[in-house]
Amino acid sequence: MSAILAVIRRELTLARRIGAGVELGIVFFLILISVVPFAIGADQKLIGRIAPALLWLAALLATLLGLDRLLQADEEDGIVDHLQLAETPLMLVLAAKALAHWLVTGLPLSLVAPLLGLMLAIEPQAMLPLSISLLIGTPALTLIGLIGASLTVSLKRGGLLLSVLVLPLSIPTLIFGATVVKEAAAGRAYSTPLMLLAGVSLIMLVVAPLAAAGALRFARN
Amino acid sequence: METAPKPSLWLRLANPAAFNALANVLLWPLIVGTIAAFGYGLYGAFMTSPADYQQGETVRIMYIHVPAAWLSLFVYAGMAVSALGTLVFRHPMADVAQKAAAPVGAGFTLICLLTGSFWGKPMWGTWWEWDARLTSVLILFLIYLGIIALWRAIDEPQRGARAVAIMTLVGAVNLPIIKFSVDWWYTLHQPASVFRMGGPTIDRAMLTPLFVMGLAYLLLYLVLLIVRMKTELMVRRIERLQIVAADKQARQGGSR
Amino acid sequence: MNGTSFPHAGEMRLEARNLMIRRGYRLLFEGLDLDLAAGEVLQLTGPNGSGKSTLMRILAGFSQADAGTIRWPGLEEDDEPANALHYHGHREGLREALTPAENLAFAAGLLGGDAGSIPDALDALDVGPLADLPVQVLSAGQRRRVALARLLVAPRPVWLLDEPLAALDTAGQALVGRLLAEHAAAGGMAIVATHQPLGIDVRHLALGGIPS
Repeated sequence: MSAILAVIRRELTLARRIGAGVELGIVFFLILISVVPFAIGADQKLIGRIAPALLWLAALLATLLGLDRLLQADEEDGIVDHLQLAETPLMLVLAAKALAHWLVTGLPLSLVAPLLGLMLAIEPQAMLPLSISLLIGTPALTLIGLIGASLTVSLKRGGLLLSVLVLPLSIPTLIFGATVVKEAAAGRAYSTPLMLLAGVSLIMLVVAPLAAAGALRFARN
Repeated sequence: METAPKPSLWLRLANPAAFNALANVLLWPLIVGTIAAFGYGLYGAFMTSPADYQQGETVRIMYIHVPAAWLSLFVYAGMAVSALGTLVFRHPMADVAQKAAAPVGAGFTLICLLTGSFWGKPMWGTWWEWDARLTSVLILFLIYLGIIALWRAIDEPQRGARAVAIMTLVGAVNLPIIKFSVDWWYTLHQPASVFRMGGPTIDRAMLTPLFVMGLAYLLLYLVLLIVRMKTELMVRRIERLQIVAADKQARQGGSR
Repeated sequence: MNGTSFPHAGEMRLEARNLMIRRGYRLLFEGLDLDLAAGEVLQLTGPNGSGKSTLMRILAGFSQADAGTIRWPGLEEDDEPANALHYHGHREGLREALTPAENLAFAAGLLGGDAGSIPDALDALDVGPLADLPVQVLSAGQRRRVALARLLVAPRPVWLLDEPLAALDTAGQALVGRLLAEHAAAGGMAIVATHQPLGIDVRHLALGGIPS
């Protein structure tokens, strides 16, 4: 238990100190959303229509971005050796890492997303569902990314490979998450996609730490 | 260590030499079978089978397209089994098979996508339609590419085999979820005019060549798999010999 | 810090039998037997490329031998070997953006130690005053000392130290010898890969390339 707390505390300290943490993630999110109108034009109606997809895509990319360093930095410092020697099983240690990563990326993104949604002319009734869908769905993205981070832990240029491995697996999360927001914006019931989204997150909660622990051991064997 | 006088075929195959011996026996009959099956299947597909009353001659793309779709899933299932063989039984041939199968599976998947696109042009009037089936196959293709990229990024095949095996299994767990989500997404966004490929009612005269083509694809897969596995074993052997030779030279040169 | 004694000290042993290890396709060694009892320090020597580091990582459980067995008799049934050992490799296991105190607090939490012992441990390695500076301003030798302080923060019976003397000055090297002697006296065991003398009673194992 103390190992899990130690992992979380350390990740939060690092996020605060190196500044690669909360603020930068939100700034990245903001920039992604800001460049979209330049690409598609200042058509408020069109932007409003694709806003749910844009917000979810931005969340996906923002989550993915920090993931390649999640384990690779530890590997370079020799800390992954110590993770493997921890008194707590490796899968729990990795789950703690994922939780810490989510606390500094997925969680703040979920909270500020409605504000950014305003800029994208999203329907007011979709604001809360947007937040909820991100709160429920971004853990799945982080967990899927954890598997990719473990597989590419000792590879140079692992970041690109990580995206190639992880993005196809993120598709169900993206589908259900964006649909929640879209249905809510259209004033329809969105409980089905929300349930499915929660289902994906729960499956990943079971599968990902296990797979990541195996992948990490084997990738550095 | 097993001390049984005659170990099972399974165990004997762990030895590359034994595998090669069996492969050499099987390879030519398989090649002949592949050619025969393709000959009969293609003849049936293009000559004897009727044109569709709706789709006309374009229906013949089905004989290339549908077996490729079958194989794209079949090869992945085989890779998942090999992955289990690598992780659970540590069978040395399992990772060779896994590595050899990935590009072949990706190839079948690509054939499926391309022929689907050719089929779509006359049917849908567009090269690509975000149809649920095609989209699922596209994602399967992306997963294949990821696995191939992972293999290429790992410098020591024996070392990386179990890591790739995990990725393969993670993909296998995710494929049904992806399939479900894409189908679900499609029903939500289904365009009005759609033609469903390979519907449930296919005439007997079309079914026979289709299954023969499926058999031909399967045999082709086995041939390619065996050839690629032999090549992979040879590559590993050459690498091993190079290192041994370099070590010998270093010792003789006295630089150690 | 001194005289930490371990549960089951004196019962625990390391028994490695008939180890065969390849790296890539290169045979590093085969038929290697290794025995170590509580209270013993083993010094591992051998030319570059003879497999010292690989052997250390295999004993730590990070990779598997290609043949042979490694047993730790005396370890409680439900106790993983990984929970009984320290591994100190070429990389220090320190994050530059954190201070020595923070790095060690993390190690204490992770490896099951007492965060309260961190100041004493840093003092024991003569780096106490550096506790709250970021690691990135420390010299290589100072970092090595901080990394070694981890051994004291989380007491574990088995130490696997790969080149612990690198970057250390004479005083630092003597310090490592002293730590090892105290650890052995407390019933711990250690394997140290280094060519430099440790200044204490040790057993020796020389890995040599296999003649072929």
